Amino acid sequence: MYVAVKGGERAIDAAHDWLGRAHRGPAEQAPLDTAQIRDQMALAVARVMAEGSLYDPDLAALAIKQARGDLIEAIFLIRAYRTTLPRLGASAAVDTGAMRVKRRVSATFKDIPGGQVLGPTFDYTHRLLDFRLMADGELPATPPATGDGAALHAPHVLGFLNRDGLIEDTPDDGKEPGDLTREPMELPADRALRLQALARGDEGFLLGLAYSTQRGYARNHAFVGELRIGAVSVEMEIPELGFAIELGEVEVTECETVNQFKGSRTEPAQFTRGYGLTFGQTERKALSMALVDRALRWDELGEDDQGAPAQDQEFVLSHCDNIQATGFLEHIKLPHYVDFQAELELVRRLRAGAEDEA
Amino acid sequence: MNAPQTRLSGGFITPAFDSARGFRTILSAMSRPGTVLDLAGGHGPAPLSDAAATVLLVLCDRTTPLHLAPSHDTADMREWIAFHCAAPLVDAPDAAFALGDWAALQPLDRFAIGTPEYPDRAATLIIDGHDFNATPAWLFGPGIKDSATLALPKTAAFAANHARFPLGWDAIFTAGSRIAALPRSTKVR
Amino acid sequence: MSDYNFAYLDEDTKRMIRRAILKGIAVPGYQVPFASREMPMPYGWGTGGVQVTAATLVPEDVLKVIDQGADDTTNAVSIRKFFQKTAAVAVTERTREATVIQTRHRVPEMPLTQDQILVYQVPIPEPMRFLEPRETETRRIHALADYGLMQVRLYEDIARHGEIATSYAYPVEVAGRYVMDPSPIPKFDNPKLDDCPAIQLFGAGREQRIYALPPFTRVRSLDFDDHPFVASKADHACAICGSTTSYLDEVITDDAGGRMFVCSDTDYCAEMAEGGA
Repeated sequence: MYVAVKGGERAIDAAHDWLGRAHRGPAEQAPLDTAQIRDQMALAVARVMAEGSLYDPDLAALAIKQARGDLIEAIFLIRAYRTTLPRLGASAAVDTGAMRVKRRVSATFKDIPGGQVLGPTFDYTHRLLDFRLMADGELPATPPATGDGAALHAPHVLGFLNRDGLIEDTPDDGKEPGDLTREPMELPADRALRLQALARGDEGFLLGLAYSTQRGYARNHAFVGELRIGAVSVEMEIPELGFAIELGEVEVTECETVNQFKGSRTEPAQFTRGYGLTFGQTERKALSMALVDRALRWDELGEDDQGAPAQDQEFVLSHCDNIQATGFLEHIKLPHYVDFQAELELVRRLRAGAEDEA
Repeated sequence: MNAPQTRLSGGFITPAFDSARGFRTILSAMSRPGTVLDLAGGHGPAPLSDAAATVLLVLCDRTTPLHLAPSHDTADMREWIAFHCAAPLVDAPDAAFALGDWAALQPLDRFAIGTPEYPDRAATLIIDGHDFNATPAWLFGPGIKDSATLALPKTAAFAANHARFPLGWDAIFTAGSRIAALPRSTKVR
Repeated sequence: MSDYNFAYLDEDTKRMIRRAILKGIAVPGYQVPFASREMPMPYGWGTGGVQVTAATLVPEDVLKVIDQGADDTTNAVSIRKFFQKTAAVAVTERTREATVIQTRHRVPEMPLTQDQILVYQVPIPEPMRFLEPRETETRRIHALADYGLMQVRLYEDIARHGEIATSYAYPVEVAGRYVMDPSPIPKFDNPKLDDCPAIQLFGAGREQRIYALPPFTRVRSLDFDDHPFVASKADHACAICGSTTSYLDEVITDDAGGRMFVCSDTDYCAEMAEGGA
């Protein structure tokens, strides 16, 4: 006899119960503390904040715990929470020149005013599993860091090039940037809006696109002019007060690339720029963002459309958001039997027609 | 100190519910051109009708540029709108919504009618103090089974507006606590 | 009540959606861009429909939610629970009792009335999308009503297969102007959109579009004079209620490939089986 797909409600409840048990892991294990996630899984927390578009390390840690370590799921939790927050106003643009840097490197100059600061980086580590971490979770105590994020006079490296006119100037046009979370995206999108989309975009997707530009799909000859990570203060203009007050600090990663020069017989040659700015220590993401940003600027810089994926803003902007992508991808798990039935009907009828004619 | 309170009263008592119910009435009116419905809940300074006050409370906020035609451009009105809607007041061409009586809203060719790519970027006119008893015109089109009727201030203006469909503004008529609407999709005769 | 605002969304968001719905009503079949919000359910799972429903509901509403025509499919259950929790509205499985019906992939068999609103969940609102992937290009197509590409595609189907080989999400022309995607309903349901007394609203969350059909709007399925549109379904009767006019699901009943056909609209089927309707 026909058994209908009844009991959807009970099935959902049972599945959620199971999830709850699986989530906790064996009862004899200590549960994860969100403070531990925040401080010991800090790079995962940074990615969730960056792509979740919400700077809150505690909530990001909670989301990671709740999502069982699935970072896209954690980003989703943060995004869904973020939309419910009231918007009290817009901050002033952060001054990354005044950043309290913990890492700052330039690949274009051997030495720079303020110096190269390697900071806490995986670069130059040998990627060998450290079994001591597994044995007792403890490493030999290291001496406390000196100058940990100390305030440092560190002017932007690209500023030096700009002073000599060697790199394109990108003055503030004074226009208030759009916000794709409040206004539907209109194509073609301006650079500010593109940068917002990229800053929220999936790290893996942008990494792949950036990599493709390096391999020749719209190559833009990127040098890392400067990569800096550190804390910047967030300020807000209060009209009633007539001045800006500091709301707090956020950690950001900023990447400025020096790219393929432009110029002609009449116009002196100049390097061009790519830009990446992301929440937290998210170096790979900021680099990828800068390369993709640069690739998307082909039109305004008078370059050829090579038909490369990274140059195609409709393609990039429509597909870089992992929450949109994963939702639509995973929705094909939902029942589609009505449509499939319609297709089945059609194919049977077409086959019958073909047999009649044979 | 009572005066500001009276000027600033007249908002929704339970905003989420009142807005929801108000919207459903506006939706019904816009979806069924010619149908006259009751709409109340908002109350503003004269000459604003309760129906128009409710429309403003339901639809307008700091993201919707509003044009006040001279009939409704009073200090009290400005204060009430600033307090309840926070809609920026603008000139006719920039308005997402325009409020006034029919005469004060003239000439209508000042209002946005959308673009071929974005016909939604067109103004909504809130024609307050509407005479629902004026000579009715015949209406045809989406939302109407066969035909309907509605009193219109000037049939030709609405016929001309429909003639450029899908471009055109959309109209909401209010008086007292009554509302009707006429989207650009309606053919009038 | 819950800790959330009525129907989950904040008032600013609902106002924005309500304005988009009204413009959609004013220009039937045109896709109005709206700043879709991230909802607590994934994109692709009905976030557009949920936002439209949230902006439309009043506390007095009686809500019905269906997926594939059924009230008890998992996603329908999930969305119904969401609104029970966030809007505290009454819910029903009965089409005739509902004032707002949110649907995925079906139009109820029971004729709708002018006291009802039908909200469709839409995955890809752009009917031209699979012929032209670029938004900038499809926007131009709609602006100029330049739908030749669609006619060509349908005609190629006829040349190759002898008929139009689209069985669901079958494109329609609205009020003689815009070509519209009716959402992935089987083409069997297309005629129900035409001259329907209810308000029909379409929400596409991920794609940030809302569109609408006012009541009694002319909705014509695209076809050719020599190949008229046919609303087809399985040529069987429902094994439960015996209906020969409702859309049927095919159910495989045993390992040998035995099968039976039953109504996809579970409420209609139950009512027919009780001898009602």
